[in-house]
Amino acid sequence: MSELITIHINETEYKVEPDQTIMQAADKLGFHIPRLCYHPKLSIEGACRVCIVEVEGMKNYVASCAFPITDGMKLHTNTKGLRRARRDIIELLLDNHPMDCHTCERDGNCELQRLAASVGIRARHFEGEKKHYEKDISFSSIIRDPDKCILCGRCVRMCSEVQKVHNLTQAHRGFKTVVMPAYNMPMSESVCTACGQCINVCPTAAFLEKNYTQELFEKLNDDSIVKVVQFAPSVRAAIGEAFGLEPGVNMEGKLVAAFRKLGFDYVFDTQFSADLTIMEEASEFLERLQGKAAMPMITSCSSAWMKCLEQFYPDLIDNVSTCKSPMSMLGALIKTYFANKIKTDPKKILSVATMCCTAKKYEAARPELDVDGMPGVDIVVTTREIAWMIKSAGIDILNIEEETPDSPLGISSGAGAIFGTTGGVMEAAIRTAYELFTGQTLVDIEIEDLRGLEGIKEGKVLMDGNEIRVAVAHGLGNACDLLDIVRQEPDRYHFIEIMGCPGGCIGGGGQPYAAANSIPLDEDCLKKRAEALYDIDRKKTIRRSLDNPDIQQLYKKFLHSPLSKVSHKLLHTHYQAKTPVGIIPKK
Amino acid sequence: MPNTEYIITLCDGPSCIHKGSRTVKDALEEAIAKHNMQDKVKIHLSGCLGMCSKGPIVIVNPGYTIYGSVTEADAAEIIEQHLINGKYVTRLVVDEDHLYNRFFRIFGDNDFFGKQMRITLRNCGIIDPENIDDYLSLRGYEALAKVLTELTPKDVIDEVKTSGLRGRGGGGFPTGVKWDFTANAPGDERYVICNADEGDPGAFMDRSAIEGDPHTILEGMAIAGYAIGSTKGIVYIRAEYPLAIKRLEKAIEDASKNNLLGDNILGSEFSFDIEIRLGAGAFVCGEETALIHSIEGSRGMPRPRPPYPSVKGLFGKPTLINNVETWANIPVIILDGGKWFSSIGTETSKGTKVFAVAGMVKNTGLVEVPMGTTLRNIVYDIGGGIEGGGKFKAIQTGGPSGGCLPEEYLDTKVDYESLAAVGSIMGSGGMIVIDEHSCMVDVAKFFLEFTQDESCGKCTPCREGTKRMLEILTRITQGKGKPGDIEKLERLGTMAQRSSLCGLGQSAPNPVLSTIKNFRQEYEDHIFNKKCVAGVCGALLTYTIIEKCVGCGACKRVCPTNAISGTRKQLHTIDQDACIKCGQCYDTCKFEAITKA
Repeated sequence: MSELITIHINETEYKVEPDQTIMQAADKLGFHIPRLCYHPKLSIEGACRVCIVEVEGMKNYVASCAFPITDGMKLHTNTKGLRRARRDIIELLLDNHPMDCHTCERDGNCELQRLAASVGIRARHFEGEKKHYEKDISFSSIIRDPDKCILCGRCVRMCSEVQKVHNLTQAHRGFKTVVMPAYNMPMSESVCTACGQCINVCPTAAFLEKNYTQELFEKLNDDSIVKVVQFAPSVRAAIGEAFGLEPGVNMEGKLVAAFRKLGFDYVFDTQFSADLTIMEEASEFLERLQGKAAMPMITSCSSAWMKCLEQFYPDLIDNVSTCKSPMSMLGALIKTYFANKIKTDPKKILSVATMCCTAKKYEAARPELDVDGMPGVDIVVTTREIAWMIKSAGIDILNIEEETPDSPLGISSGAGAIFGTTGGVMEAAIRTAYELFTGQTLVDIEIEDLRGLEGIKEGKVLMDGNEIRVAVAHGLGNACDLLDIVRQEPDRYHFIEIMGCPGGCIGGGGQPYAAANSIPLDEDCLKKRAEALYDIDRKKTIRRSLDNPDIQQLYKKFLHSPLSKVSHKLLHTHYQAKTPVGIIPKK
Repeated sequence: MPNTEYIITLCDGPSCIHKGSRTVKDALEEAIAKHNMQDKVKIHLSGCLGMCSKGPIVIVNPGYTIYGSVTEADAAEIIEQHLINGKYVTRLVVDEDHLYNRFFRIFGDNDFFGKQMRITLRNCGIIDPENIDDYLSLRGYEALAKVLTELTPKDVIDEVKTSGLRGRGGGGFPTGVKWDFTANAPGDERYVICNADEGDPGAFMDRSAIEGDPHTILEGMAIAGYAIGSTKGIVYIRAEYPLAIKRLEKAIEDASKNNLLGDNILGSEFSFDIEIRLGAGAFVCGEETALIHSIEGSRGMPRPRPPYPSVKGLFGKPTLINNVETWANIPVIILDGGKWFSSIGTETSKGTKVFAVAGMVKNTGLVEVPMGTTLRNIVYDIGGGIEGGGKFKAIQTGGPSGGCLPEEYLDTKVDYESLAAVGSIMGSGGMIVIDEHSCMVDVAKFFLEFTQDESCGKCTPCREGTKRMLEILTRITQGKGKPGDIEKLERLGTMAQRSSLCGLGQSAPNPVLSTIKNFRQEYEDHIFNKKCVAGVCGALLTYTIIEKCVGCGACKRVCPTNAISGTRKQLHTIDQDACIKCGQCYDTCKFEAITKA
């Protein structure tokens, strides 16, 4: 520990660690300086100027997020002048912001609203012209509304620094500054991977998922169709937050009950098809291990990741598992196996997926995933959307009785549950692959090396004396870093798991907004959500996908065996290089 | 050329080119050929001489005869009269009392402390900027040779520190200290950058310095490279300066050929390369962190400092950024010593400063004066006083974000502290003289329009604050000002000054705040009395036809809204409700029978 230094905050002396910013030091001492563009996971922007403080001896205010403390520094966080400057700065943001809070999707969840309230803006002094840009609704997943944008630059930094997609940037100057994709391309034609992390970090509603709740409410009232819903593992681990619960409360049973109350006829669990994915993927891996296709094998469950790969790593497409994502596998089964079982025309089935993800909306619309010319999933709604629907329908989710999903696509193993967190797919795959390869049951099924929020994790498994080297990355930026390693050292790994969002699906772009006392993508919150999934796994008696009786039945009655002809038709797909405008294809 | 008897220097700066210097050159060549004098006369194109109001400029040497406003038709006369008959073409001779002439006669005499003193621009107009031999003949690259053979890097930094030279880009940070910081910052690689992103409207100091004497900049940068341990220099220059870029390219090529750049310069261990990076012309890219982002290929937006570029600059490496004018001083400091340099100027500001003098002054153009010269000296002695005989009202120093100073501050000395003390800035050296025919609210609005437009859009105070200030100023000039508007301008202005991220936002309110401070009455007149005393703000004017009217009907015919009525040869009248205050009647009337107030 380095020697402590002395600083004065508001006339009181404190001994603090050196090498920190004013904001970091003040936070630890219990002074919460208001802030807006700052985010601990992103580079320091210093743009909003909300976090200004006064340092004695300096003519101008400094941004506390950026300015380092020095020994003997005397600073003030709450002088009359500062309070007025801060208030005026925030008013200036409001003055160029639509006054439509009551009809805004983020009403009640808006950081700008909370900030304005905290500094006490009760009148407007400087109102004038407001900017106006067209809303970009071109994309199946994400809506960009520049009128709501306050140019904090969090989305730009998230997109370029954390996700390394570099789709968003500020364009033009001065009052005309606007955040947009390169060349002002519509989002649908841009390199946007639909990961939705811009939505997560946006303090206002400048980015939103394309909302399907009205359409879904209408269809739920249609008695001529069979309404089926599936829900992803991490939805249950996060949706409680939308109802004021702490992160990490498992809402599975109550959510199932709420789905039925909303009017769904059948509730299936995407964890079931996660088990199915493992059966197919583990089998595919063993085939590849025997030299039948390119190695290392890379997982394909994350739809943002798949678009990222098709755009930026087309040379590695052959390495990607041909397995559809669990959502699309279940969609395919709902429209075939299940339709047949309930003797219903698949065209009369509405297949809905509730996902923690915005990219799943894009995935559902990909034609190569269609089943007999029909999409396997008709509508994808995010955790946020379904939470709103439950509230809107007046369902008291916190106080209803828990229920269980329907059979035959509802029972899942613990392996299926942990699919929602980084490292979980790999852990689940190893549990099954080990047994398929060695014929023996893996005893130590919890693989600690693959757990946690480190960007890139590596692990080794011995299968019959063969060392299998695996790697896990979460967040597209880490994924890109990992694949750059693979390009250099193709033999370094055998099996790679990639999830497009920080923390995996638990940090998906469709998860509930950060609570008032929290920050978007807070690590503690992600850890608690992950822990909820690991807890589900621990409490299950069946913890390996191949032990799932419904999976066994499905193979027996319908699919015959992993990688069978039927499997290939329904559960596997292909990917192809995409070169959006402005991208120079790699040779 | 052993037979050369005459050298004719022709100013090839943009202003002279615009006024036809290239056709003058053709005509001169034609006349020379006609008299078979090709061997005796050499035509020599110089960079901007600074005497833009008198262009095109032709100087005949020997004799230092300066001819101004030379036309194509005058060329033959100059050749025949001056070169053949030995007589001056007196009607063209520029014989001003502002020492341009003297400067040429005493060139090289460092003891000269006249009203102008050229250190930065010492070679501009003297040498052919595209000929390295010209530069070499005037002690060019001697300073570089000196540091490589006689001085340690520390000696060089100490010499610069001794000189007291401060950054000429506007910041005024001590140059030697900056060099020291960069030299001592940890890192294996360092960069030297020349900031040639001159963006102030009307300013052309840097452009002229490069166009007139590009090697000086390269030499200065190479010396710094040696001093701080860098092998890589970059000149960041806006693409709008094609001539400067061309001359820099030529200079880099020639210097490299002569082993004055490149590997093992002059046989030493020191290697240094310079490359040119073009900017797209955003004003904010003159801010050093924005400039670095631009070179790195990112959007030109400033970032918070610290860390300063001297510690973490281009590509994260220690980087030394100096402005063109700063670089141009370096060879002189090395050759003549920091001590000599520090003898010029004031206590805290040493050396000279180049100003681009513009506006309502007789002699517009570039002037270089010792620090400490008063504004009055510049306006009246060098500038020749107010053009058109009007009354001096204000001088705006420091470019678009400088302050406007009234007559009572005319005896202010130009140095960093004195200008700041009276509410303006040195900036990079813009200087605009304003006379009584300008409205100060309108002037403030004009400058704010520029800075508002050029704001990078990153930080809230600058992006949103200046926009609201501009809206308020606009409504005041439109006669829609409200009580409280002045206070709002002051509130937003001081907030933006204290809270903005970079120098652009911190200084953008200066024209507004300084005009409120010095010309508050004008603001109040606009808001409360709905009057613009200068007669500039159209919406506040009332046009009236007075007794002098002869009833010619000219005003009636040009009025676009048919607001003027009257029978022929009778006094006409203006319907004030219909009048849109376009001023066409006022301009048309030959009898001064229309007043505006």
